[in-house]
Amino acid sequence: MPDGSFAHPQQRQFNPYSENGGTILAIAGADFSVIAGDTRQSEGYSIQTRYAPKVFRLTDRAVLAVNGFAADGNVFVKKVKQRLEWYRHAHAKDMPLRAIARMIQTMLYAQRFFPYYVYNILGGIEEDGSGAVYSFDPVGSYEREACRAAGAAQSLVQPFLDNQIYFKNQQSLPGQSRPLHLPLPEVLSIVIDSFTSATERHIEVGDGLEMYVVLAKGRSIQGLESFRGVQELTPNPDGDRVFVIRRELKKD
Amino acid sequence: MFRNNYDNDSVTYSPTGRLFQVEYALEAIKQGSAAVGLVSKKDVVLVALKRNAEELGSYQKKLIKVDDHMGIALAGLAPDARVLSNFLRKQAMNSKMIFNRPLLTSKAVYSIADKAQENTQSYGSRPYGVGLLVAGYDESGAHLYEFQPSGSVLEYFGAAIGARSQAARTYLERNLETIRETESPEELIVHGLNALRDTLPQDVELTYRNTSVSIVGKETKYTIYDDEDVQQWLDKLDSVSNARNRDDDDDDDENADNEQQDNQQDQQQEGGDSNNNEDRMETDE
Amino acid sequence: MDHFPTSWGRQRNDAYDAYNTYPLHQRPNPGHDAFADSVQHTQQPIVTGTSVLAIVYKDGIMMAADTLASYGSLARFKSIQRLHSVGTSTVIGASGDMSDFQYLQSILDELIISEFTEGDKHELGPEEIHEYLSRVMYGRRSKMNPLWNSLLVGGKKDGKRFLAYVDLLGTTYTASTLATGYGAYIALPLLRTAVEGRENDLTEEEARKILEESMRVLYYRDARSLDKYQIAIVNDEGVTISEPQKLVTSWGFAEGIRGYGAQTQ
Repeated sequence: MPDGSFAHPQQRQFNPYSENGGTILAIAGADFSVIAGDTRQSEGYSIQTRYAPKVFRLTDRAVLAVNGFAADGNVFVKKVKQRLEWYRHAHAKDMPLRAIARMIQTMLYAQRFFPYYVYNILGGIEEDGSGAVYSFDPVGSYEREACRAAGAAQSLVQPFLDNQIYFKNQQSLPGQSRPLHLPLPEVLSIVIDSFTSATERHIEVGDGLEMYVVLAKGRSIQGLESFRGVQELTPNPDGDRVFVIRRELKKD
Repeated sequence: MFRNNYDNDSVTYSPTGRLFQVEYALEAIKQGSAAVGLVSKKDVVLVALKRNAEELGSYQKKLIKVDDHMGIALAGLAPDARVLSNFLRKQAMNSKMIFNRPLLTSKAVYSIADKAQENTQSYGSRPYGVGLLVAGYDESGAHLYEFQPSGSVLEYFGAAIGARSQAARTYLERNLETIRETESPEELIVHGLNALRDTLPQDVELTYRNTSVSIVGKETKYTIYDDEDVQQWLDKLDSVSNARNRDDDDDDDENADNEQQDNQQDQQQEGGDSNNNEDRMETDE
Repeated sequence: MDHFPTSWGRQRNDAYDAYNTYPLHQRPNPGHDAFADSVQHTQQPIVTGTSVLAIVYKDGIMMAADTLASYGSLARFKSIQRLHSVGTSTVIGASGDMSDFQYLQSILDELIISEFTEGDKHELGPEEIHEYLSRVMYGRRSKMNPLWNSLLVGGKKDGKRFLAYVDLLGTTYTASTLATGYGAYIALPLLRTAVEGRENDLTEEEARKILEESMRVLYYRDARSLDKYQIAIVNDEGVTISEPQKLVTSWGFAEGIRGYGAQTQ
């Protein structure tokens, strides 16, 4: 017991991990994918910075969100990006999403006995043009899903997504069916609501919100045009496209 | 037949102070088809002539991307170039990993020069049989370097390596002023192709199949144009065949300053460009 | 950011004390001396420096640290320099273990020299130094042999200001106001109030004043601090690290405090 007494002999060791708070989430649509994260980085009760991105564009159709121990996260993203660059050198094209997902599992599992203390969520567009989300645990277990939240406010956000995306605990009206995939504007509102709510209820969430939207090749930007401050990151409007939308969150 | 006693290994000097193995390596570059590089204020262009071993075969790659800001053109043994470009890619990645900065062109080229020099000084090793033009845009601007198997490195405004590259150099020298002042990347590419055109053997024209074009610059990531994508550039030329072929003007090949070189050149020319097949596999043709 | 370097890199003990109800200074003791058994890895710091503060201002960045290196509660070395220039556009400031910091200085100095000898006129800027430092720090933590420091890296190169943090875990971040150690609790709120949103307006004079005031507050509150400190400035002219200067403090109020100390009545 840390009571400052010498009553109990203690052997303590250097702890190579820390937790830096924040929350990430991703939702897949029929032909798009939204990957989002807040930008606060904290340790304990201290806010280290109000802007430390947790979501990264990997290719024109893959975006990775990383949450947990920030140092591990940054190094991991850097290594993933370099592996993707080698792939481009070898094959003269971007690695497909499902291949990136498998690669991430391999890279995570390679550190099975000294894990990267990070939760990854990979979102983007598959080769067949469908929106996809892959979620990982720190040692590489992964699966493809329609939506996933991770990080400090996972326990607040995931039940909300289960209800809003999977329609859990909802009774549909007679003769009405539930859509398999929600349209983009609805998904974006759910993402924004998730983060404003998590900001209200969790001290480690807040400051800023970054939402990446990946649109399948050929899909119109319908549903995005009404959003203010949408910024396109891809140079080529004929292929898959990546957009980012930034919003402020409460800073208290 | 004359036998040279001083070329059995790369570490033994001849009594006249030469390293024959290293010089032979430099000859290997001339066996390869030409590559041309040129620099304006904010762009670097590499163009190269590709060769195919046979009619039905594919063309040997002449341009290799190293990073978004750097690429190389090769003449000589293509496998050696692949080893070197792979090493350069690793260096570029390392620079990003450790300092989060793009690899400087000078650092890149000196890193492979050091590797090449080692081979000229260790017993049992073979010098690289390839020459490279290294193009890069970094924080100090646009750069073009020539790498040689001897380990020597020089920076150029315009350079050409490979078979009949003297003709290209002549073009670059004559047009240096305009090339240096060129603002448009398109114009720079056209100058590059004009120079490359002058290296063409008889009865050969620049086609989208045998020509590779690449550019890197302030606003342009290193981009390679191959096959059908090359046609847009060829369309900008007044002619795709070389001036000598057009008006039967005879060649203006370099005036080598010693016997040995003269001899080799003669052999090369005698052997003809059309049927010199014995050691083709080894080169980038 | 915990005030006590001894506590850095330790497990958070939320299970026992989720709301920090026990006083900060009552940390569990290791129970034995650091040299008791052959120590292979730095498992705890020995001679430590306290907070470093840094802010961005109009013309560049400014950093401050006192000159004390403590041996536990003993003020062991009173004129240690904790600000160090790296190249011509970067300064680093360190809290935590001073021997580890001096080792880092020698690594960085070597790096600068080897870059210089390349002769390509390129000089490492603050961003590159910070990236390199974070590779070193993360590499060492991954070998379970950390360099027990929290470092601030600041500078200005090609007209671009840069300020960032890196610590023994390899954790990094940037902000316009940064503080390590106790400073993260006491000075950082003051710095944020004074600086945030005014980064492009603050003059050198104002910036200096903000830092001096924060150093004074720290000296009043941090038992491991000293009233002798240095200020480093990086602007277009390069790096300047001031001579040690004295904080003006008044302790007159102490007379009126009752309940402890030497008062008789």
